[in-house]
Amino acid sequence: MLQEFAEENIEPLATGAWILGTGGGGNPYISTLNLRRLYAEGRRVQLMDPMALEDDDMVAVVSKMGAPLVGQERLGDPAHLARAVEVMEDYIGKPFRAIMSVEIGGSNALSSFLAAAMLGRPVVNADAMGRAYPEAQMTSFAIGNLPMFPLSLVDVRDNEVIVTRAASWKWMERISRKVCTEVGSTAATCKAPRTGREVKDWGIHYTVTKAVELGRTVIEARARHDDPVKAVLDHEGGKQLFLGKVIDVARETTGGFLRGSTLIEGIDADKGSRMELGFQNEWAVAFRDGQPVAMTPDLICLLDTISGSAIGTESVRYGQRVTVVALPAPELLTSPAGIAAVGPKAFGYDIDFTSVFS
Amino acid sequence: MKRIGIDVGGTNTDAVLIDGETILSSIKVPTTQDVMSGVKAALAHVSGFVGPSDRAIDAVMIGTTHFTNAVVERARLERVAAIRIALPTGGSLPPMCDWPDDLRAAVDPMIFMVHGGHEYDGSPLVPMIPDEIREAAMKIRDAGITSVAISATFSPLTTECEVVAAEIVRSVIPNAKITLSHTLGRIGLLERENVALLNAALQSLGKTTVQAFSDALREADVTAPFYLTQNDGTVALADVAASNPVHSFASGPTNSMRGAAFLTGLTDAMVIDVGGTTSDIGCLVGGFPREANNIVHIGGVRTLFRMPDLLPIALGGGTIVDPETGKIGPRSVGYRILTEARVFGGKTLTTSDIAVAAGLIDMGDRDRVKDLDPAFVQASLERLGTMVADSFDRMKTSADDVSLIAVGGGAFLIPERITGASEVLRVENAGVANALGAAMAQVSGEVDRVFSGLSRDEALAKAETEAQDAAVASGASRQSLKTLEVEDIPIAYLPGGARRVRVRVIGDIAFV
Repeated sequence: MLQEFAEENIEPLATGAWILGTGGGGNPYISTLNLRRLYAEGRRVQLMDPMALEDDDMVAVVSKMGAPLVGQERLGDPAHLARAVEVMEDYIGKPFRAIMSVEIGGSNALSSFLAAAMLGRPVVNADAMGRAYPEAQMTSFAIGNLPMFPLSLVDVRDNEVIVTRAASWKWMERISRKVCTEVGSTAATCKAPRTGREVKDWGIHYTVTKAVELGRTVIEARARHDDPVKAVLDHEGGKQLFLGKVIDVARETTGGFLRGSTLIEGIDADKGSRMELGFQNEWAVAFRDGQPVAMTPDLICLLDTISGSAIGTESVRYGQRVTVVALPAPELLTSPAGIAAVGPKAFGYDIDFTSVFS
Repeated sequence: MKRIGIDVGGTNTDAVLIDGETILSSIKVPTTQDVMSGVKAALAHVSGFVGPSDRAIDAVMIGTTHFTNAVVERARLERVAAIRIALPTGGSLPPMCDWPDDLRAAVDPMIFMVHGGHEYDGSPLVPMIPDEIREAAMKIRDAGITSVAISATFSPLTTECEVVAAEIVRSVIPNAKITLSHTLGRIGLLERENVALLNAALQSLGKTTVQAFSDALREADVTAPFYLTQNDGTVALADVAASNPVHSFASGPTNSMRGAAFLTGLTDAMVIDVGGTTSDIGCLVGGFPREANNIVHIGGVRTLFRMPDLLPIALGGGTIVDPETGKIGPRSVGYRILTEARVFGGKTLTTSDIAVAAGLIDMGDRDRVKDLDPAFVQASLERLGTMVADSFDRMKTSADDVSLIAVGGGAFLIPERITGASEVLRVENAGVANALGAAMAQVSGEVDRVFSGLSRDEALAKAETEAQDAAVASGASRQSLKTLEVEDIPIAYLPGGARRVRVRVIGDIAFV
C-alpha cells in the first residue's frame, strides 16, 4: 500500500494545500522549493495508505511551528524537520514506521514530505485537521482525547527541547508556543507520536490525495482558460458564498494571533450586499450583511476570482477581486466534540454552529 | 523652472521641454538601435526651444527601459557573487535557487552562504564570523568578479550584518560594487536577495548607460543635473540611480501614469496606457501609481519591492482581429503594424483598422477598410469595450465610478463609455505622457520594516521620520515633504506588539 509520490504532484499539492489552508497555514512556496530540490537530488517519497498501518506501528506527526513571516526570512531546512523526528525516536526508543503532517492546509502539508524525503520513510495519506488551524488542541487527535505528549522541538542552533508531559492539549500548546517564541518564533516540531491504530481511528484520511486533486483541478482549469473557482466548487462539492471586491482589511495581533476582518463588496449577483470575513489566522466566520452564513469548521476559502489561487489572511489586500467559497469539513470536526474544539465558540464567536451544507 | 523629460521606450523616444506647467516643446522620434542617437536627436530638438540663456534648463529627467530589457533578454548582464549571511538557516535553499536556468547562466554566479544574520527582534541569529566573509571575498576577487550582492536574515530590521560584511568585502576588493539587500527589498529573504542579485548583475550596464546619457547631454550643451525616473514615479540623481538599476524597472508605465495625472489635473483616477501590443491599467492615488504589495516576477525571477500595481491586457493598436469570428487578440502584429495593418497596405485586420473604419481616428488609407460590414465594426468595438471594462473593474478599488484616462499611441481605441467609469478622458499630448511624467517627477523616501516594543502611534511616527530622512538623502527638499502612504500590519505570533509599517513620503527636488 505504498505508492511513489510523483514529482509532478508537488505543484498540485502546494496549490491544493494553500486552498485548504482557509487563509492560514502559511504560503507553501518555500516548502515547495525545498521538496523540488530534494527530488532533484534523486530522493523520492512513498505515499502510504493509512489503513495499511499496523496497529502498533509508530507514526511521527510533524509540523513547522511559528509565525509565517519569520519563515520568509529564516528559510526552513528539511534537515531540521528530520531532526525533530530523530529526537523523538531517540526519546521514545522506537523507530517510526511513517510520517504525517499535523495539517494539510498551508505549508505544513509539505512538512511531512520534507522529513520523509530526508529520512527515507513513507508519508501517511492523512493529517489531523483536514485544513489548517492555529493551535494544538484543534486537531482530530485532540478531539479523540488522545495523549498530547511528548513533543520534540528543534531549533537551528542546536537547541533541542522535549516536552515530556503536559496536563492538557491547551497546556501543550502554551508550553511549546513559549519555547517556539524563545527561539525566534519558528521551530521544527514532532508532535505526540501516534500508533497506527490511532491514525486509523482518529486521523483525517486521504487528505494528501484530496489536496493534490484539488490543486490539479485548479491548475488544469487555468490551463484550459476555464473558471478555476467553478472547478474547485464542482470538484469539492463546495458552495459559492460571495463574489466581490475587497474594500477593507482590519488586522490586529492579540494573544499571538492575527485577528481581524476583511470586508468584501458584492458585484454581479451579489451587488448591493457585503460580506465580512472574520479571521484568527484562518477565516473563521463569514457574515453576509451582518448575518453569519458560514463558519468553522466548514472550510471558508477566499480565492482570487481569476486565477483560483487561495488568498491568505496575511496577504489579502484592498482591491483584490475575490470569490468566497465554502467547502465541506471533515465529518469528525462537525461532531459535538469537534464543534467544541473548533466550532465558532472556540474562536470567540457567540454563534451556534450551523453548517452551510446542512 | 525649466525641465526636460525624456522617455526611452522600446519603439519611440519621447522628449518634452516644460517651463513650470507649460509645455514648450515636444517630440517623438524612433528609438534607434544604439539608443543614444535617438536621445540626441530628441534632445537637440527640444533644447532648441529653451530661449534666452538666462532661463537655462534646471533639470533633465530620463526614463529608460534599458535595465528591464537586459534582464528579459538575458543580455548585457555581468557576473556576480552572492554572499548570504543566514546560516544555520536557509542552507537548503541557496541564493538564486529559484531563478530560470538561462538567466542564472547569464550571470554565472559564485555563491557563498556564511553564518550570521538577525532575528525579527534584532537579536543576532548566531554571531557572524568575519573570517568566513573574508575568505569568500578573496575567492570572489580571485575569480575577477567585482559586483557582489549581500543579504542577511531580517536585514530590513537590522542592517548590521550586511553593512559589516560590505566593509570586509571592500577591504579585500577595493573597487567592488556592492548591493546590500536591505537597501532595496522588503521582508522575504529570497525575494529581497533576488532583487539585490538582479541589481548586482546590472551594475556595469547602469554605469555605462548613465555615462552615455551624460555624454549625450554634454553634446547638446545641457549642463543641468540629470535624474533617472524610478518605479514609484519619483526620480533619483543619475549617479545614485546608476547603482540601483532595479529601481528603474517599471519607469515606463509609471511615467505615463504620472503624465496622465499632469495632463488632466486629476490625482485619483485610473489610467490605461495603450501601446502596440499590450495595454497597462494602473491606478493613480494622490498623483502616484498605486504600488503592488505582492510578488512581481521580473524576467522569471520572483521579487518583492517598490513596483507599480499594473494589470496588462493583450490589447493594443496592432492586436489582430479575426475577420470571421470577430475575436480580438491575443496575438498582435506589434511593431509591423505600419506594413501589416490593412489601412497601411497590409493584409491583417487589426484593432487600428476597426478604429479607422469606425471613424475613431484618421490614419493610413481609409478606403482599404470600407468593405468592412458596419455591424461587424460595431460588434468589434463593443467587444473591445468589454475587454477594457473587465480589466478596469478588476483594478478599481472603489464602488463609485472613477475617471479613466487613456494615454499612449493607441488611446483612440478606448471607447467613450466604459462601464464603471464616470468619464473617459483623452488628452492632448497623450502620446508624450511618458516624457511629461518623467519631467514632473519628484523625490521620495520609503520605510518598510517591523517595529516592536512601540505603541502603534510611536511606530508610525518613527517610520515617518525615517522615511523623511531617506527622501532628503535622495535629494528632496525637507520643507516640501508630504506623506503619501501609511500602512501597518500587526504580525501574528510575534510578541511585543510587533507590526510591519510601510510609510512613503514625497517632496520636490531640492535645487542647490
